[in-house]
Amino acid sequence: MTADPMRLLPSRAPVVLIDAQGEPRPHETYALPSDDELVAAYAGLVAARRLNDQASVLVRQGRLAVYPSSHGQEACQVAAARVLADDDWLFPTYRDTAAIVARGVDPVQALTLLRGDWHCGYDPYEHRVAPQATPLATQLPHAVGVALAARMRGESTVVLALCGDGATSEGDFHEALNFAAVLRAPVVFFVQNNQYAISVPLARQTAAPSLAHKGVGYGVPGEQVDGNDVAALLAVLGAAVERARSGEGPQLVEAHTYRVAAHTNADDAARYRADDEVKAWLARDPIIRLESYLTRRGALTPEKISAATEQADRLAEAMREGLSRDEAANPADLFAHVYASPTPQLDEQARMVADELEREAEV
Amino acid sequence: MTNREKLTMAQALNRALRDAMAEDETVVVFGEDVGQLGGVFRITDGLTAEFGEQRCFDTPLAESGIVGVAVGMAMNGMRPVVEMQFDAFSYPAFEQVASHVAKMRNRTRGRVGLPMVIRIPYGGGIGGVEHHSDSSEAYFAHTPGLHVVVPSTVADAYGLLRAAIASPDPVVFFEPKKLYWSKEEVDVTQAVPPIGTAVVRRAGTDATLIAYGPAVPVALDAAAVAAQEGRSLAVVDVRSLVPFDDETVCQAVRATGRAVVVAEASGFASVASEIAARVTERCFHSLAAPVRRVSGLDIPYPPPKYEGFHLPTVDRILDAVDDLQWEEG
Ligand SMILES: Cc1ncc(C[n+]2csc(CCOP(=O)(O)OP(=O)(O)O)c2C)c(N)n1
Ligand SMILES: [Mg+2]
Repeated sequence: MTADPMRLLPSRAPVVLIDAQGEPRPHETYALPSDDELVAAYAGLVAARRLNDQASVLVRQGRLAVYPSSHGQEACQVAAARVLADDDWLFPTYRDTAAIVARGVDPVQALTLLRGDWHCGYDPYEHRVAPQATPLATQLPHAVGVALAARMRGESTVVLALCGDGATSEGDFHEALNFAAVLRAPVVFFVQNNQYAISVPLARQTAAPSLAHKGVGYGVPGEQVDGNDVAALLAVLGAAVERARSGEGPQLVEAHTYRVAAHTNADDAARYRADDEVKAWLARDPIIRLESYLTRRGALTPEKISAATEQADRLAEAMREGLSRDEAANPADLFAHVYASPTPQLDEQARMVADELEREAEV
Repeated sequence: MTNREKLTMAQALNRALRDAMAEDETVVVFGEDVGQLGGVFRITDGLTAEFGEQRCFDTPLAESGIVGVAVGMAMNGMRPVVEMQFDAFSYPAFEQVASHVAKMRNRTRGRVGLPMVIRIPYGGGIGGVEHHSDSSEAYFAHTPGLHVVVPSTVADAYGLLRAAIASPDPVVFFEPKKLYWSKEEVDVTQAVPPIGTAVVRRAGTDATLIAYGPAVPVALDAAAVAAQEGRSLAVVDVRSLVPFDDETVCQAVRATGRAVVVAEASGFASVASEIAARVTERCFHSLAAPVRRVSGLDIPYPPPKYEGFHLPTVDRILDAVDDLQWEEG
């Protein structure tokens, strides 16, 4: 049992280091990241925003089957990737394509799932990014397992696992936090509270004072942070990662943010939320505030802004280019990876499909 | 030199875990009560003492968490073997099994395999109260991506568990509770039966009984009684539900021209149904009668007092055999 339960409580209000007006706000626990770090994060934000915009366009052009946008949540996406070392692991959801790309995964490979070409298009071991999880919260126990295996081998790996506000109501959220706490797994659970689970607002998910407070029940320290302030996110997540790395166990971090776009392109957000609400959140945009903070400090020059824009342009171009090429489906792939070696029954079905194709080709 | 010794199925399973852990330090065992206590059926007895807390440990009571954590460990270089305490208590883990354990290799195009074993003590006949006697194999056998095996002998319990732990793919390992205390003289150093093979347990010429797990001894008893009555029944032990050994099963059916599938699980949409359909599709021209099934009734598993009505019995099997359109005379 932990001696002091108060130690587990999150800050009373979300941690803010740069406010919506771009003003620095000193904090007693967390220091502002360096200008260099924030300039790099700024470029990341611009790229993530461009990725979201470009993907939404590609959906309209029929190049992607569906896109759950993280528009408005880019600070969370970028910070999640930036606080991790190469040997750490990231466990993303369907909404976290921008974080995956920020971690180094090729954008076209990252979009394989949402394009409908396969389920996971990248090698999870290459950048230590787990496949995007769709069944809510089910990836969280996996994160604990990866962390435990690493610790058993004496590695210093930390796992950062993402989920949404709605996912915190799932049983696996509870089970994963509890396991991580009891077994002291080096996992940072990072909840992007974007206020909605499709149409259902946060008030229908929880009666807790905040999602970060949920850690108390497991003996996991919680922290809450302004999810549109990348400086605060870098500070809070960075501290959580280092704490986990030093063997002090898991932590729960809740970011208060907003899903500016609809749940996906297939969703009609007008059915459940007012325009005014969206407008109020647009005023708290993560990019605008960082730009004004850094510009005022003289750290973000016009050259650096255009460098960031050009980098984002190249990303968008790579997405358009990659997704304009259609590779033919190879039905043999359907049978190749069900097992390490196919069962006799799968071999039989593969022959049936191959035979159908052959006969089709003959007509 | 022979290494024959008398072991129960429970001891053979324990031996398999111990030998696998000794050979491969990536094999880890965890679940509910598997540490100090050695599991409620003592299958993990002594493992924590021998290999330490790191290698065999108790977890919080959460089946989805247990399987989900095993997925993560298997992703990251380990070979977890987890225990579900009883058949019906594996259901909380079903989402992890169906959505991740079964699919990980396929969804990552073969890049992430999950070498893990989910052990499930299963089935009835032990006088267990509600929720302690389910035969849940059909749920798993229906899910592509899993291997599903069920031993019926002490030797196979050892061999199949070793094979399951060595497999690059996830294996759901059903342990017939009723047979935990069955004893056999075995030599565990003998070859491991590969997953995917059935075996003929008794040769016969008139009809073929196809069974697995706890139904195998019942089928063998039925064959012994039938022999006294002048009818020669073959008995095939399927033992690997997925992959299924069509070849051995069909060969045994073609040889007799008559077949009865025997299994404890409720019959509707069951593994027994699948076997009957496969045999019919493949052996139709050799069959003298429709394939019959003797299975559990299509009822929720009954209380101990009623178990006898539910489970396949020698008489019910012999009645089904009698039904196989024998020529008069
Ligand atoms: C177990 C499960 N139930 C339902 C769904 C369908 N679903 C997909 S996304 C979603 C909302 C999730 O909300 P939240 O966790 O807040 O994440 P967000 O989409 O806002 O990023 C739902 C209900 C699902 N994917 N998985
Ligand atoms: Mg949400």
